[in-house]
Amino acid sequence: MSGLNTTVADRLQAAGTANALELRGVSKYFGALAAISDVTLTVKPGERRAVLGSNGAGKTTLFNCITGDFLPTAGTIRLFGEDVTQFPAYERIRRGLRRTYQISLLFNELSVIDNIYLACRGVSRARFSMLRPRVNDALLNSAIDLATVVHLLEFKDTLVANLSYGQQRQLEIALALAGAPRFVLFDEPAAGLSPSERAELIDILNNLPSHIGYIIIEHDMDVALRVSESVSMMHNGLIFKEGSPLEIESDPEVQELYLGGAHE
Amino acid sequence: MVDPTEQSSVSDTSGPLAQRSGGVHTLRESNSALYRWLSSIPPSYAVFACVLLLLPAVSSSFVLSQIFSWGLILGMIGLSLMFLGGYGGMVSLSQMSVAGLAGYMLAILGSSAITDISVGWPWWLAVPVAIIIATLFCTVIGLLAVRTEGIYTIMITLAIAAAFFYFTRQNYVLFNGFSGFNGIKPPVLLGINWKNPVPFYYLTLFWATVAYLSVLYVSRAPFGLALQGVRDNSRRMAALGFSVTAHRVAAFSFAGFIAAVGGILLVWLNGQISPGTIGINPAIDILIIAIVGGLRRPIGPFIGALIYVILRTFALDILTSMGLAGERFQLLIGLGFLVIVLWSPDGVLGLWDKWRSRVTLRDPWNRALGKSAITSANKSPSISADTDKPL
Repeated sequence: MSGLNTTVADRLQAAGTANALELRGVSKYFGALAAISDVTLTVKPGERRAVLGSNGAGKTTLFNCITGDFLPTAGTIRLFGEDVTQFPAYERIRRGLRRTYQISLLFNELSVIDNIYLACRGVSRARFSMLRPRVNDALLNSAIDLATVVHLLEFKDTLVANLSYGQQRQLEIALALAGAPRFVLFDEPAAGLSPSERAELIDILNNLPSHIGYIIIEHDMDVALRVSESVSMMHNGLIFKEGSPLEIESDPEVQELYLGGAHE
Repeated sequence: MVDPTEQSSVSDTSGPLAQRSGGVHTLRESNSALYRWLSSIPPSYAVFACVLLLLPAVSSSFVLSQIFSWGLILGMIGLSLMFLGGYGGMVSLSQMSVAGLAGYMLAILGSSAITDISVGWPWWLAVPVAIIIATLFCTVIGLLAVRTEGIYTIMITLAIAAAFFYFTRQNYVLFNGFSGFNGIKPPVLLGINWKNPVPFYYLTLFWATVAYLSVLYVSRAPFGLALQGVRDNSRRMAALGFSVTAHRVAAFSFAGFIAAVGGILLVWLNGQISPGTIGINPAIDILIIAIVGGLRRPIGPFIGALIYVILRTFALDILTSMGLAGERFQLLIGLGFLVIVLWSPDGVLGLWDKWRSRVTLRDPWNRALGKSAITSANKSPSISADTDKPL
């Protein structure tokens, strides 16, 4: 991007329109603590990226900055070419961004189908509608479809508070897929899942429509490397390495960091 | 419920002409949705509705006005608090101020004994304008209050209630200060003087029912559902594309409208309004009503209001009959509420749910099925299971 923008591709790149998500020099300070510092990250439409790093590396803070849970201290965030740095979270969501949470954030006093219905309603019109949905309501039908995707159809009238942990994690994913997502942030979706549930999760992620890109934070390398085509490594709030899953796996610096010099 | 075929045979005998019975038949078909709706009402509800409708036949006009009409009105104001607190997770202490402002506006814009201030608009103009002003007032309260959460929302709304009370007491130009307004009368309409206890009871019953049903209906509509989402998890609501602030403010508007209608009826019932009507004590009374009744469901505030007015009306008599000094009646009221809240933090509704679950579990069939009434009673019916019913 430096120097003269000679080719069309370069110029598009410079304008930020070529990317689904583009972070430029994003930093977030909590007091004097830099949770993330000077993060620059570009993700193309449909690209599946894994963000790896130890605890406290700033991965979730990065997600919170992207969704707008809080504003970054410095830097700009572009979503499909649009500068959304100052946008509130709900405006970014309405533009096709979705996220899941590391610790499930669900509506415990509502039923499964109500949870998904709210997610569908949030990105459509008539959020303030005082009229109950009719039979064959389009959004209600798509909520039922989503419940089927995550195997929760038979529990659709169960209160979320009464679901098992694994079912809550699945509902978390259903909420993120509501509406027409264009880019999803998955925050440790496999945490606490059983091996069979993990396989199911990998299946869901790999079968998402190809135009939906995502970033996934995952501690389980086995999951992360099987659902992503590129990897960013974070440490102490910095992205220090990017590459394909194979490159990252075989990188000595990464091994050093992850294995903590156990070979010495 | 009434069996439709039985009803048509009744109309057949009353109208022997074939033409007429045919007319009834088409009427029945066009009203099939209504029939479905009627037959979906549980029998206990129908019985309860009949009792409410037939009350004037058996109760004195004192009981009708001072227990039931007053109870229904306080129930409506409590309902506006229940909507905010139960569905929105925002406890507002200024709902009585909103009702009071509606009442004051009716007195100022309509006619009262204070002719120097009252503008003298006809009721059909004064009432809607008063309701609109009070609803806007509640919206502004919402704008201030929704920036805070929990105990701070209570503090802000309490401060607004206190400020409004002192303002009305010290402002003589508009609010006529300490003495307020008296001589405010409900209109005479359709040849009925609505001030009379029986018509006024039906008027309050009608509006209380409308308010109750609309809260019940909206609670399962996207707006109400989203409000419950905001209550459960406001951060996630923002991450689903909802503007949490806008939803909370809209909830204040909706609740303000209900409180405003209650305020109009309150002024018509008492014939007067003064700062004493809207002071800190009445504001807290509304909170007590909502909590004692139960914040979980819209019927709660009405139960709480009924208990409140009964205690308020008869506590003094009970004390004097026991040979105690009558001025301690507040103590008895306080003790009554203390007992209810200690026994069941969910109010009377919580007691009811507990009792229901015990009865259901005692039934061997239900025990075998592992059914528990408390889960089915507390569980709000799901949106999909609910769509075929109009309410």
